[in-house]
Amino acid sequence: MKLWIAIGAASAMALAGAAKAEDLTVVSWGGAYTKSQVEAYHKPFTAETGKTIVSEDYNGGLAEIKAQVEAGNVKWDLVDVELSDAVRACDEGLAETIDKSILPAGADGTPAASDFIAGTNDVECAVPTIIWSTIYAYDSSKMSDGPKSIADFFDLEKFPGKRGLRKSPKANLEMALMADGVAADEVYDVLGTSEGVDRAFAKLDSIKSEVVWWEAGAQPPQLLADGEVAMTTAYNGRIFNAVAAEDKPFNIVWDGQVWDLDLWIIPKGAPNKQAALDFVAFSTATEQLAGQASWISYGPARKSSVDLIGDYATKPGLAMGPQMPTAPANFENALQNDFEFWADNQDELNERFNTWLAN
Amino acid sequence: MATTMDQDAAGGPLKTADGTPLKRKLAQAMFVSRMRALGLVAPLLAFVLAAFILPVIIFMFRGIYDDTYASRMPNTPALLAEWDGVSEPTEEMYAALVKDLIHARETKEIGRVATRVNREFSGARSTFTRSARRAQRLEAPFKEALIGVNDRWADIQLWQGMKVAAQSLTPAFYAAALDHKYTGTGEIIAQDEERQIHVRLFLRTLEISFVVTLATLLLGYPIAYLLATLPLRTSNLLLILVLLPFWTSILVRTTAWIAMLQSQGVLNDMLVFIGIAPDDARWSMIYNKTGTLIAMTHILLPFMILPLYSVMKTIPPSYVRAAKSLGATNWTTFWRVYFPNTIPGIGAGALLVFILAIGYYITPALVGGENGQMISNFIDFHMRRSLNWSLAAALGGTLLIFVLFLYWLYDRIVGIDNMKLG
Repeated sequence: MKLWIAIGAASAMALAGAAKAEDLTVVSWGGAYTKSQVEAYHKPFTAETGKTIVSEDYNGGLAEIKAQVEAGNVKWDLVDVELSDAVRACDEGLAETIDKSILPAGADGTPAASDFIAGTNDVECAVPTIIWSTIYAYDSSKMSDGPKSIADFFDLEKFPGKRGLRKSPKANLEMALMADGVAADEVYDVLGTSEGVDRAFAKLDSIKSEVVWWEAGAQPPQLLADGEVAMTTAYNGRIFNAVAAEDKPFNIVWDGQVWDLDLWIIPKGAPNKQAALDFVAFSTATEQLAGQASWISYGPARKSSVDLIGDYATKPGLAMGPQMPTAPANFENALQNDFEFWADNQDELNERFNTWLAN
Repeated sequence: MATTMDQDAAGGPLKTADGTPLKRKLAQAMFVSRMRALGLVAPLLAFVLAAFILPVIIFMFRGIYDDTYASRMPNTPALLAEWDGVSEPTEEMYAALVKDLIHARETKEIGRVATRVNREFSGARSTFTRSARRAQRLEAPFKEALIGVNDRWADIQLWQGMKVAAQSLTPAFYAAALDHKYTGTGEIIAQDEERQIHVRLFLRTLEISFVVTLATLLLGYPIAYLLATLPLRTSNLLLILVLLPFWTSILVRTTAWIAMLQSQGVLNDMLVFIGIAPDDARWSMIYNKTGTLIAMTHILLPFMILPLYSVMKTIPPSYVRAAKSLGATNWTTFWRVYFPNTIPGIGAGALLVFILAIGYYITPALVGGENGQMISNFIDFHMRRSLNWSLAAALGGTLLIFVLFLYWLYDRIVGIDNMKLG
């Protein structure tokens, strides 16, 4: 059976062509995000070790990694994935286990084990780099007295207009419950019961007729700019980018944000595993994580990096610290995405969400 | 005729110069030429087999076969197969499970097993991985010990899910593809109502494909007629207008429709300007089924026009003139003379558009919103997001069987010979 799968997958991938042998192939999400990694990780790494890095883009998900690993023809050395995919890659044997002792201590001397923000470095085959967040944003030029809380997002009477939401149950169900008055630290307890799921869907139902669904991270700023929606959930870095680089009058509402991680994983059987491990240790050090934060508004996963965050790289004077999801003012009512909950319940909740959408 | 050919005047079989019967010699000659033909197509045949048919078959096999559980858990599958699925699990089963958990943790395969069972019973994943971490330290009696670690182990539904997962050759994925559930006791029951999604999507896919086929036919027929009957210079220009979008990337055409149809788009701006639509209630023509229908009809239109055109081109204009000179009205001429001659083109175009539409993916993904999604979007979802490749294979297999059935139906009703692609 294994051999058959290998033959099948190999013949399917024969058309993909052979990649050139390089020192390290690093795969990430493209756009401003990859640029921040190239500036903060790749360039200093090449300067220090002399190894060349090829940067490839992908659209997330584990399908390519799974195909490569099952065909025994792994081309990627390191992949930037979301937490849920990191856990799944680990579960399905698609990623190498990473010995966490290779991670250097923080710049202030804190050992790595306690330098990473609690609960971020627990997956045994992944190392976290950034904290990103699902927030919601509105156009301040069209709404002078804008919404303040997560409940306002679901209040069509006070703030009429279309809403943008990601076409996925993740983050939406949590936000719906928080808007319905559930405290952040109780959200997953409530969502673990069938009454809680009903309650979340009922809250979503109350705005369903006004929702425009988005899928790619680039869509929400576009929807806002086009006036297609009055407010929309989005990844905080995308909204920041529209504000800082394109001077859009968007405001972020941090109340009820759902934060998550991006992590490095090494696909099982990666051709340059040792170089990939070196790169993981290098890029998740205090200075590199802090350096990345001056290119994009995603928070570093290490506590010791926070104090080193400077100004926006192309706009001196725009301090990046307050733009981080982890900045104290933004972090007051924040919820961490619970990967274990989603790993357990995603099949069921995805089906229920899709059925709810189709009705 | 045949008998006189086969036999000479004496009544014996006809023979060639070297004495072999003519029939056998002919057969030999035919065989050689057939082999030569086969030799010529062999490279392409081998390529199609290796790069298309074989992977498809192997992937289809995943829809009915999944040994994730059985190949990684050595002790429990046999016991689970014997178990009736309703009585209380025995101490022996718990003991075997503890052994398997320790084994799967050592081989680092516990995650895959847990994910497989989780597809049958939500929550199994964390129950498995957490229990496996502590399995080494457990002592008999294992039943109490395991339930002590996690009380889900007392839930008979979890064991039923394991029984289903432990069976490698399984109808579970095809059942799931049709909104049913294969239970541990071997029955197939309907899925919870709030999770029934696939049948609805299959029906919607069919509906969209039918409507798009009909729309391309209604829109394409007059254009093809113009192309076939106008003077060459004008018709060539028209043909280029048909082909130009055909040569444009599908993504470009789809996003062009977004710019046209969105609520702040060109069309809505015009409607508001004319006063047909009020500014605060613009028409929603995209990110829903309407958007999918419009964009797909436009993109698939050339696939209808070109076969129609090539057939219409071969209908001699004298037929129409003859019918008219015999006193037929314009309508009778069209309906009784011209239209029947175009049926092979309609058949070819309709089949082409329908088959392309039923597997359409990019356009509904971009403009479909929530109610314009098709089954291919869910196959993609299970391939890339949920990684449930077995369910994706079952959904794809169901779609394939369905298309073959429609093809058979088409052959019975219209006749596949009665089709002309050009």
